Amino acid sequence: MIRLFANAKYDFIKWRRWAYGLTALIIIPGFALFLVRGLNYSIEFTGGTLIQVRTPTPVGTDRIRAALDAAGIRDAEIQEFGAPNEYVVRTRLGATGTRAEGTSEATAAAVDSALAHGLGAGQYSVGRTEAVGPKVGRELQGKAFLAIFFSFIVTLIYLAFRFEWRFGLAAVLATFHDILTTIAFIRYLDLEVSLVVVGAVLTMVGYSLNDTIIIFDRVRENLRKYRRQNLYEILNLSINETLPRSVLTHGTTMATTLALVFLAGEVLRPFALVMTFAIFTGTFSSIYIAAPLLMYVEKRWPGQDARGARAFRPTGAVPLDAPKAPSPPAAGGSRSKAAV
Amino acid sequence: MLYTVRSRLIAIGILLVLSVWALIPTNATQRVRDAATGRMKDTTVRRVPINLGLDLQGGIHLALEVDQSKGPVPDPADAIRRAERVVRTRIDEFGVTEPVVQVVGNNRLIVELAGEKDPARAKGVIQRTAFLEFRITDMKNLFRDALPDVDKALRQAGVKPAGEGAAAASVTQLFGADTARKGKPAKGKPAPKDTSDANAPGALSSLLFQGQLPGEYLVPEEQVPVAESLLARPDVRRLIPRGIELRWGNEVSSRAARSYRALYAVEDRPIITGEELQDARATRDPLTNQSVVNFTLSRRGGRIFERETGRHVQDYMAIILDSRVQGQPPVIKGQIGQHGLIELGAKPLQEAQDLALVLKAGALPAPLTIIEERTIGPSLGKDSINDGIRAGIVGVVLVVLIMVVYYRWSGALAVSALTLYVLFTLAGLAAFGFTLTLPGLAGLVLSVGIAVDANVLIFERIREELQHGKLVRTAVDEGFTHAMSAIIDSNVSTALTAFILYLVGTGPVQGFAITLIIGIAASMVTAIFVVRTFYMIWLQRRPDMATLSV
Repeated sequence: MIRLFANAKYDFIKWRRWAYGLTALIIIPGFALFLVRGLNYSIEFTGGTLIQVRTPTPVGTDRIRAALDAAGIRDAEIQEFGAPNEYVVRTRLGATGTRAEGTSEATAAAVDSALAHGLGAGQYSVGRTEAVGPKVGRELQGKAFLAIFFSFIVTLIYLAFRFEWRFGLAAVLATFHDILTTIAFIRYLDLEVSLVVVGAVLTMVGYSLNDTIIIFDRVRENLRKYRRQNLYEILNLSINETLPRSVLTHGTTMATTLALVFLAGEVLRPFALVMTFAIFTGTFSSIYIAAPLLMYVEKRWPGQDARGARAFRPTGAVPLDAPKAPSPPAAGGSRSKAAV
Repeated sequence: MLYTVRSRLIAIGILLVLSVWALIPTNATQRVRDAATGRMKDTTVRRVPINLGLDLQGGIHLALEVDQSKGPVPDPADAIRRAERVVRTRIDEFGVTEPVVQVVGNNRLIVELAGEKDPARAKGVIQRTAFLEFRITDMKNLFRDALPDVDKALRQAGVKPAGEGAAAASVTQLFGADTARKGKPAKGKPAPKDTSDANAPGALSSLLFQGQLPGEYLVPEEQVPVAESLLARPDVRRLIPRGIELRWGNEVSSRAARSYRALYAVEDRPIITGEELQDARATRDPLTNQSVVNFTLSRRGGRIFERETGRHVQDYMAIILDSRVQGQPPVIKGQIGQHGLIELGAKPLQEAQDLALVLKAGALPAPLTIIEERTIGPSLGKDSINDGIRAGIVGVVLVVLIMVVYYRWSGALAVSALTLYVLFTLAGLAAFGFTLTLPGLAGLVLSVGIAVDANVLIFERIREELQHGKLVRTAVDEGFTHAMSAIIDSNVSTALTAFILYLVGTGPVQGFAITLIIGIAASMVTAIFVVRTFYMIWLQRRPDMATLSV
């Protein structure tokens, strides 16, 4: 039988300051960059056009730029897309100055005819065209905002229903941390933010929250089970107990997201990259952010589970692997019996 | 109720049968371009009933709104309904299988053309200004009188009354088996004899059945392409009487289990056009309980209409929108001035409203502006599907490897449940008619990774219980019950986010949310219920099992 991290006794909480430092090192520069340069929003949000073309042989972005310049289209972004003979030409509405409806579509046609002129009519094929007017762009921004807003509300309601507020607060702060690191990650890689990427971020909020909930559930269970240990030890014990599960689940999920990153094509890549990173940061935050934060919260506003939170270190008197207590009814025990 | 292995297996069996049933390829009506005539016709194809999004099958998605940049449009909601009506009458012109034309909100029109390759043409069809005209039908039956000459000309040109292939069979059915034979010898015979043979079914007249009113002919739906190609021939067009034009109807009517499309012979000169129309309203007369459409013409139009209708009392007047006769032409009962009314008899108010919309569409063309356009080439869509499937296979193989290597037999149980999971998820998509999009494909792959999470939670719990020295049977029971709250938690929070994404998102993102939600539901069933059942069977066969392969 293979067992990873079975009966591990790592002192995770001890490393919390290092973890804070590491995460700050990721967030602060990334967030500063985000504030200065913003994100690379897709034309879905900004309005504009996107044309993906494939040429039989690689022609290079320079030739495409020359073709567009010749037609007087100067504000287009030209990118290689996945393969050396695939290109994406983007124009954003803000850049052209015109914000009237219908211009995006005209621009798409203009780009197409410029390419036909510069490359030769049969020398390329258009794979996809998107032309988004300013109104649809604004609507989609609104939709993305609504999605983010409502998922926060629902998550908060769910946590309030599920946990005592101290646990909930720690979980929310950890989730907030995940969002910050993900924004930093998106900024570092300059990934294109489309509605699907927003969807990925929201999904990962749910996913990272699960992870925290699973650890916190165990914490609650262990607090009842081991009456003589303080919170510090209970947290460490709970993280260690759930470690094999974390490794396994994140392993399987990451196997699928990595498969998507490498194999599912260029369109889905930003989405898959965000998901992959989200799994990583979600795991990290559940262990190194949520659990220590719970200690701080219990220290600041002591609740019934706050024993020893003030001490902030192991009491030393009690060994980590405490004698087996008679198994008490688990938190969700009675409910789950009904569910099976 | 589901405590015995037997009842559990029955439940799984039922789910399995339902899923397979949902995925059995069904007959779907598809409109395809007929290779011979270039027209669209209905055919049935068998396919797995999962809808593919435009990003996977390629096609054009257009969102249009009433253009208000050149001046405000008084009632945009009404204008967009008129535009929808107009685009619908042109649906045949799109060279695609199942065009979607739908009004979203109160001022937006969505047109989705799966498989269409030429965006410029599609946009042209949609944005063309609607043209409405009233024309008197062929009251003197000039067209019917010309039919023998047309048939003769066709016979001389070597066109046999029976078309080829499928058309031949149906004509034979209609007129008896000897029709086809009659036509053939006629071809070789000298011209004079043909004239006397005029009563014999000819190539064109055999396709036409006299309708209820002068100038109306019914053509069996499956013969429409044949009739159309015959009418398009130059030698036939030369013989159509001067002053008469042919226009197809927009409706298909069924009579005696066959469907017919109407063909109208109308005068080539409209008595009035949509320009003179100012308003049209549908009402239901409360006294007679009849649906009527009231219409108002301009002052100038009223004068013209008065003169024309005065000359055509008791004649039938075809209402033609974009060269398609709308409904059955009404009869002119008397002189009509600026205000007229069309009686629809006992027909539902809905039909009257539709006709009013047609009249207004011609009167007040709604200029449409394209606010969003997405075109995905069919090859890109195919590439996306292939890439997605490749990523899915690799992802699933990795998950299977991890599970089987790490949890051995129990892992194998989870993996076999995973195949059920994929089946259930696809069946869910098909059963509820959801659309599979590219992000949806990613959601499907991702949810395979998430699906095994429930099993991981259970197996880890079982391992812990075993470590605590519990018996195999107890450990399994406790493992399932104790892992349950964590499983419910993780699934509920993911499902909530996905649900919000579905409510708020647009097509592709909705596809992602849907596969995630269905995937979560399916994974709850397989990971908890199916795997538990496998365990029960396993433990029943080996009651004395001391160690568990987990």
